[in-house]
Amino acid sequence: MSTSDLQVTRKSPVTTVAAILGLIVLITLVAAPYWAGRADMRLMGEIFLYLALASLWNLMAGYAGLVSVGQQAYVGFGGYMLFALTMFGGLHPIGAIAVAGVLGAVIALPVAFLIFRLRGAYFAIGTWVIAEVFRLSFAQVSALGGGSGSSLPVGIVRSLASSRAGREHLSYWLALASAVIVIAAVYFFMRSRSGLALMAIRDNEMAAGSLGIEIWRTKFIVYIVTSALTAMIGALIFLQKLRISPDAAFSVNDWTAFVIFIVVIGGIGTIEGPIIGTLVFFLLRETLADLGTIYLMVLGVVAIVLMLKAPKGIWGLIRSRFDLELFPLSYRVKPNKPLRKC
Amino acid sequence: MAALLQLEKVTKSFGAVTVADAMSFEVNAGEALGVIGPNGAGKTSMFNLITGTLAPDSGKLLFEDVDITNTSAAKRCRAGMARSFQVPQPFSGLTVFENAMIAATQAGGMSSRAAESFCIDVLHQTELLDRANTLAGGLTLLGRKRLELTRALCARPSLLMLDEIAGGLTEAECTSLVQTIKDIHGRGVTIIWIEHVVHALLAVVDKLMVIDFGRKIAEGEPRAIMESPEVQEIYLGIEVDA
Repeated sequence: MSTSDLQVTRKSPVTTVAAILGLIVLITLVAAPYWAGRADMRLMGEIFLYLALASLWNLMAGYAGLVSVGQQAYVGFGGYMLFALTMFGGLHPIGAIAVAGVLGAVIALPVAFLIFRLRGAYFAIGTWVIAEVFRLSFAQVSALGGGSGSSLPVGIVRSLASSRAGREHLSYWLALASAVIVIAAVYFFMRSRSGLALMAIRDNEMAAGSLGIEIWRTKFIVYIVTSALTAMIGALIFLQKLRISPDAAFSVNDWTAFVIFIVVIGGIGTIEGPIIGTLVFFLLRETLADLGTIYLMVLGVVAIVLMLKAPKGIWGLIRSRFDLELFPLSYRVKPNKPLRKC
Repeated sequence: MAALLQLEKVTKSFGAVTVADAMSFEVNAGEALGVIGPNGAGKTSMFNLITGTLAPDSGKLLFEDVDITNTSAAKRCRAGMARSFQVPQPFSGLTVFENAMIAATQAGGMSSRAAESFCIDVLHQTELLDRANTLAGGLTLLGRKRLELTRALCARPSLLMLDEIAGGLTEAECTSLVQTIKDIHGRGVTIIWIEHVVHALLAVVDKLMVIDFGRKIAEGEPRAIMESPEVQEIYLGIEVDA
């Protein structure tokens, strides 16, 4: 086999079909205000925000190996920044979401310098402690309602759109856009040279370091970017909820435990995993919601069984069995002429 | 000839164990240096010190006349050093081709597009092209050793460091690997090669160094070194004129 007869591709028929189907689904979702009811749209909005959170946590933990259980720090921080910036800064809510992202990056810098001294389990615990510090700090701010929290003033809510339907549509589209932007960002990052470096770090840090990859810097950048985007999602979440309190904003259950559940059962370290995980999570939640606390026990059982039977999640199972991928990330070396003998 | 790499009295110890004891030597550009010594002599530690995985307690390292004693492993690699690991360290979840791409784009500093055809050429040379789409974790021992070599070459090094790359291979596998390394050296790449399979080593290197207890015991023309009574006694455990 001569080397000039070979070509390198990343696309496959499956990824092309997936891209077309993905586009059709996306167009359908964008048009949801014309075909879906109010309750459905509210639910879908929540699904998109969880999808965005899960994709970000997956980038950080699944690809960069930074297993944080304290991302609720940034969800809550972003939420509080939305309230503070609109109530006291006079910003438009959408502008406030963008500024919350920038401030999220700024606050993540000193946090990163602190917790990057820790490794593995200590890192995880460190992130949780930081999140608690955030919660306790915001509970001290009496202007934002202290421990009992506050509601977004009607005037600010009206500034989004004058009619209730208009606000609901806008908030749905914002949630959809956030999920699409996060997944697209993760996809293009993982497709770049830096993405390949990140996968190398995930697989073998020692070898990665000896191949010229700056491990600390790469992880640091991923942490800062992930935290900034998580803060923006947090601002969006509380723009939908219209009410914030320290316990809701910095809830480890809502913003980290469920997110980890989604990523782990879907398939950690893959772009497809969080998408599948989010669908499974909401399917379980919507069908079992009437069961009360039993629902949480079912979630636990599902997680344990899946981790034992399929440690790489649902997508990991599918991928290893059928050699599939929906997002064209991997490289394939192929002969130029398909029937040529090697 | 200009020295590509210089070690000046490099010392490193872990508690009571000294893995490098005032080690000094030079490797000239274009040279192939073989390194032998008993197990635990400090051969791999010496590589770790050169590549920056370990920091010396004292002493100095120069690469291309630049002091690199305090330079990170990643920077040293981008400056032109590449190594293979004694125990292969593949990126198991990625394919052979992707392993090569990482080395070419990160260590070699190539653009993705340029790296693609370059990696195919290197894989062809290291005889791994037919396994390009295989996950690195699924390779045989020979395949893993070849992948170590592939990644090191994709880094486009001026100094290639091989750590027991022939160990554990069959005779035929070893012969073909030696030929590959010979070809690489023939193109002007400087090589330091640690190896227990001495006949493989002697087929390539033009200088041999013996180390034991972190110290340089002997250095010189390979045949002369192998025949010196001192080396035979220390390294091979043969009693001279028994």
